[in-house]
Amino acid sequence: MTISAATDWQPSATLVRLRARAALLARLRQFFAERDVWEVETPLLSAAAVTDPALASFTVHRASGGHCGYLHTSPEFPMKRLLAAGSGAIYQICKVFRDDERGRRHHPEFSLLEWYRPGWDYRQLMDEVAAVVRLALEQPALTVEKISYRELFWERLALDPWTASVDQMRAIAQTAGVATAQLELDHDGWLDLLLTHCLETDLGRNGMTFICDYPPSQAALARIRPDAVPVAERFELYLQGIELANGFTELGDAGEQRARFEADLAERHAQQLPLPPVDAHFLAALAAGLPNCAGVALGLDRLLMLATSATDIDAVLAFPIERA
Amino acid sequence: MAFYSTSEFKGGLKIMLDGDPYNIVENEFVKPGKGQAFNRVRVRNLKTGRTVEKTFKSGDTVEAADVHDTDMQYLYNDGEEWHFMDPESFEQMTANAPAVGEAAKWIKDNDMCRVTLWNGVPLAVDPPNFVVLRIVETDPGLKGDTSGGGGKPATLETGAVVRVPLFVQTDELIKVDTRIGEYVSRIKE
Repeated sequence: MTISAATDWQPSATLVRLRARAALLARLRQFFAERDVWEVETPLLSAAAVTDPALASFTVHRASGGHCGYLHTSPEFPMKRLLAAGSGAIYQICKVFRDDERGRRHHPEFSLLEWYRPGWDYRQLMDEVAAVVRLALEQPALTVEKISYRELFWERLALDPWTASVDQMRAIAQTAGVATAQLELDHDGWLDLLLTHCLETDLGRNGMTFICDYPPSQAALARIRPDAVPVAERFELYLQGIELANGFTELGDAGEQRARFEADLAERHAQQLPLPPVDAHFLAALAAGLPNCAGVALGLDRLLMLATSATDIDAVLAFPIERA
Repeated sequence: MAFYSTSEFKGGLKIMLDGDPYNIVENEFVKPGKGQAFNRVRVRNLKTGRTVEKTFKSGDTVEAADVHDTDMQYLYNDGEEWHFMDPESFEQMTANAPAVGEAAKWIKDNDMCRVTLWNGVPLAVDPPNFVVLRIVETDPGLKGDTSGGGGKPATLETGAVVRVPLFVQTDELIKVDTRIGEYVSRIKE
């Protein structure tokens, strides 16, 4: 994007799209009010940070120069503390921050809608996510298709993502012209490459497509279902090739959660990434008891892009970072 | 040696890939909901002009290409190479046929050209967007003759051939858009 000093005071979104944002927020708040899901606020600035090696937190310094904390990449940990404290169903609409993410569908500061349903699993939550999207886009007849991660790769690429070798995946990527011989990735990295480069654009072409049941290595904070072939009870929603939402049947086991944090930190260490402090309050809340629940985070800027036929996230933001 | 991180990628950035200098034409950041982020770029090989797609792991670094553009005056061709001069330092440089490429069709002595230097050596030459050249040969073109879409080929003093309207005659000066190789207008002397 070219920046011109004469015009960069102006918003990059039209006022029509900014009003559409306001209307969307009003509809969402009404939706949750009618369903007795109450709105909460949790800190944007926290002492601990996410450990996921693929997420980079902004670090905040005090005016006096000392380290202060991190801007959150999602409100997941403090919202689960509220759930453990007995909140019941809650939602939050907030800005989240992810360093190094900038593109047509990425902006380092973006708006997230996150909500949790005690007593539900991810299947029930997928139905509610579909209802939210139908409402947001004012398309009550929008269809839903669910496909497992394994079926998706098997049907489109004749590949079993659980057992495929790195060489097999590299060969498919090279044939598709999306990888050079020099590209070095681990097992999940190759799956991510195939998903984003070979599969994503076709997802949700005719309606909403939920991908569910992810490999346990990509569980993030999802519960793992101990089937014959274990799967993570995680889903992602795609519409018009755009990834809109990520949800889980939430992991409630504090020991398992701690082990995943430690594995993340080991990976961060191997990649020479910063090693942020683990959220001890969150682990203590899990140990005290998180109710069985499902939760989901939905990107509001992308939802607004779809609602207003925008192809670039800047078209739905008042002021993108280059002119913030 | 300078390096760029993928987070610095943007259109126009010059990078080295497999020993050749490339220009980033388009950079797209892609990332699944959770997991590995990638920079998917379209890059143009500055030696061959070919455009290809490449994917990088976000966070990887790539060697910077020492490539920059400079305006130079074309002096003459010695039969093998094209000689250029920096109008400020009067420093002279020679460019070979692959570097001059299509520009050879359009440039004549004293034209200002955009010369792309790689490690200080001319890699590509862009002629001015518009040049004025004399027609050395074209059919008289009979009045009312509309064959050939209302135009006729004309050979210019540099050897280039462009289509011109029927009324344009040998020895006249014409203005040509070198980016598309098309006649623009007649120039009165």
